[in-house]
Amino acid sequence: MSARDTDWDGVRLHVVTGKGGTGKTTVAAALALALAAGGRKVLLVEVEGRQGIAQVFDIPPLPYEERKIAVAPGGGDVYALAIDPEEAMLEYVEMFYGMRRAGKALSKIGLVDFATTIAPGLRDVLVTGKTSEAVRRRDRAGRRVYDAVVMDAPPTGRITRFLNVTTEVAGLARIGPVKNHADLVRGVVASPETAVHFVTLLEEMPVQETLDGIESLHEAELPVGGVFVNMVRPELLPEATLDAAADGGVDPGELALGLKAAGLAEGAAGASEIAEALAAEVTEHARRTALERRERESLALARTPQYELPLLPEGADLAGLYELAEALCSQGAA
Amino acid sequence: MTASTAAATGHPGDAPRHTSPVLHMDAVLDDPHTRIVVCCGSGGVGKTTTAAALGLRAAERGRRVVVLTVDPARRLAQSMGLTELDNTPRLVAGVEGPGELHAMMLDMKRTFDEIIEAHADPERARQILTNPFYQSLSSSFSGTQEYMAMEKLGQLRRSDEWDLIIVDTPPSRSALDFLDAPERLGRFLDGRLIRILMAPAKAGGRSAFKLLNAGFGLVAGAMTKILGAQFLKDIQTFVAALDAVFGGFRQRAEQTYRLLQAPGTAFLVVAAPERDAMREASYFVERLAEESMPLAGLVINRVHRSSAPFLSAARSAAAAEELESRGEHELTAAVLRLHAGRMQLAAREHREQEHFASAHPTVPIAEVLAMPEDVHDLAGLREIGELLAS
Repeated sequence: MSARDTDWDGVRLHVVTGKGGTGKTTVAAALALALAAGGRKVLLVEVEGRQGIAQVFDIPPLPYEERKIAVAPGGGDVYALAIDPEEAMLEYVEMFYGMRRAGKALSKIGLVDFATTIAPGLRDVLVTGKTSEAVRRRDRAGRRVYDAVVMDAPPTGRITRFLNVTTEVAGLARIGPVKNHADLVRGVVASPETAVHFVTLLEEMPVQETLDGIESLHEAELPVGGVFVNMVRPELLPEATLDAAADGGVDPGELALGLKAAGLAEGAAGASEIAEALAAEVTEHARRTALERRERESLALARTPQYELPLLPEGADLAGLYELAEALCSQGAA
Repeated sequence: MTASTAAATGHPGDAPRHTSPVLHMDAVLDDPHTRIVVCCGSGGVGKTTTAAALGLRAAERGRRVVVLTVDPARRLAQSMGLTELDNTPRLVAGVEGPGELHAMMLDMKRTFDEIIEAHADPERARQILTNPFYQSLSSSFSGTQEYMAMEKLGQLRRSDEWDLIIVDTPPSRSALDFLDAPERLGRFLDGRLIRILMAPAKAGGRSAFKLLNAGFGLVAGAMTKILGAQFLKDIQTFVAALDAVFGGFRQRAEQTYRLLQAPGTAFLVVAAPERDAMREASYFVERLAEESMPLAGLVINRVHRSSAPFLSAARSAAAAEELESRGEHELTAAVLRLHAGRMQLAAREHREQEHFASAHPTVPIAEVLAMPEDVHDLAGLREIGELLAS
């Protein structure tokens, strides 16, 4: 890869996880755009059959096929793939055993259904296996096909188990082809070429889950990446005001004067009514901000690089994705 | 917050309830015919907290309630004064009122083990419990959690010890897994695949051979090659043992399914006023209708409102700009910016809700205002309960 001074130079597989509702898919999409910026080729994969990527990019549902979905700033390509475990299984059977017909037969009697739905150990190996294959893939000239692969992974609560494929299938298959395949996948996932990133909000539960998730990855000896704090609101009020407001100490009188000066209130009564209502809003905001400050301090304990992504006032539409990608580039995440 | 909420609904741009009927939560909780409340929805929308808050409210209104959660949230356990939740219902202290609240957390392996122990003789049970395939199936297989949640729900209902069971659904890949997974697991355990796998374990495997004749050789060969002989052998041993114990996994799944469809069950779809969560909620509402599951309504958590809804985002932002350009009243200008942002957020949330309401105009809605801090104790849960019922 061309030298580009980022925090994750040398990382080729970016696994993005996060608690439900934190915007994991959006951040994964923005990261893919950021990594592709300046003329690279990046693959964005999703593994849970939710068609989240299609929704974020506002395109029709993705098939089990790599296709170009976006152009990055400065000319680069983002490809996307929705990995379907059943298709991945058939592909695997064909690729490793040359048995397309037998695969179809297995599918018919429900083995594939079993393996991919009821046995997540196997399902996860197939999904991570397909992803690892894309990471390692080379063209005829021996060059990597993708500069990086970004995976929109399962949520924080399941991430370690999902990536820890060798351990997960160990109970199922201590020897044999499934085990061998799992070992191969582990080689990619546990290598320094992989980083597992966490998306969080500055709220208690997502932060706690992030810290728990980081600890469990460390225990499983899987590579921890960065923490992406999503939906960060710009702070409009000076700290002293916030501190005062948290104790209910905003002076409505002062606000009322300002409101009158701005022509927002006719008469003293009108101004003070609005001022009281706004003061209540400020107090609530200050309490929220104090909580966010505490959560930020908790996250700092994780000692991993942190990035902040702004709250998009109009939601994460396509323009918003590019804005987030820009924020990631400027903070050195990509 | 009540006064400001009333003010908010008085404003034409901020009247979210003119299209959707209001969900009367107390009527659902108080109705003695309501025996099961299922909270479902996508991850991160506050399902578990909703379930606990409803449980507390129902108990304080006189019912004998058990809350079954699948979410191992320590904080929630702590908020109910329990150091941890396990597979046995624990009495929650501090409930004010005539009823009782119990809480438990699903331990799927324990629940599965108990089924085996209840149905098999000790020797057979030991064979199953020590089988490596069983151990994976019972502790890490997705689908098992959903199956066992439904199994536990059935057990609690049959015991008739509680007059109201409130359950939250597993944080699945898709919010619908808990409806599908039991059937899937049942289909697998009772299905053709199992019969084929078992064939060699039976006398000569003749029945299966007859069933599939020549095709079997190809399939068996392929499976051995792909999965490995040891893996297959473990499955076969497990299935043979399990089959001898009881065959009706699918039947049990169907029983639970019917229990969910029966009068006395109320589904609550839980969402947050964001695009993804509302989309998922829509999908869920449609799916419940398809399956003839009784939907009580939609709960929208973490709704933002302004205390000054009569001051629009546009006017507020313009005034802030005016003050900033004059270099006057810095504090007021910042507060006006804050207000403008809040009004925008409220408007965006309102739009999401309108989308839902226009697609599902008959679904009753309850809104819960966002709280500045998370729930830490019964008082917090009680407050959420009040918001749910208001």
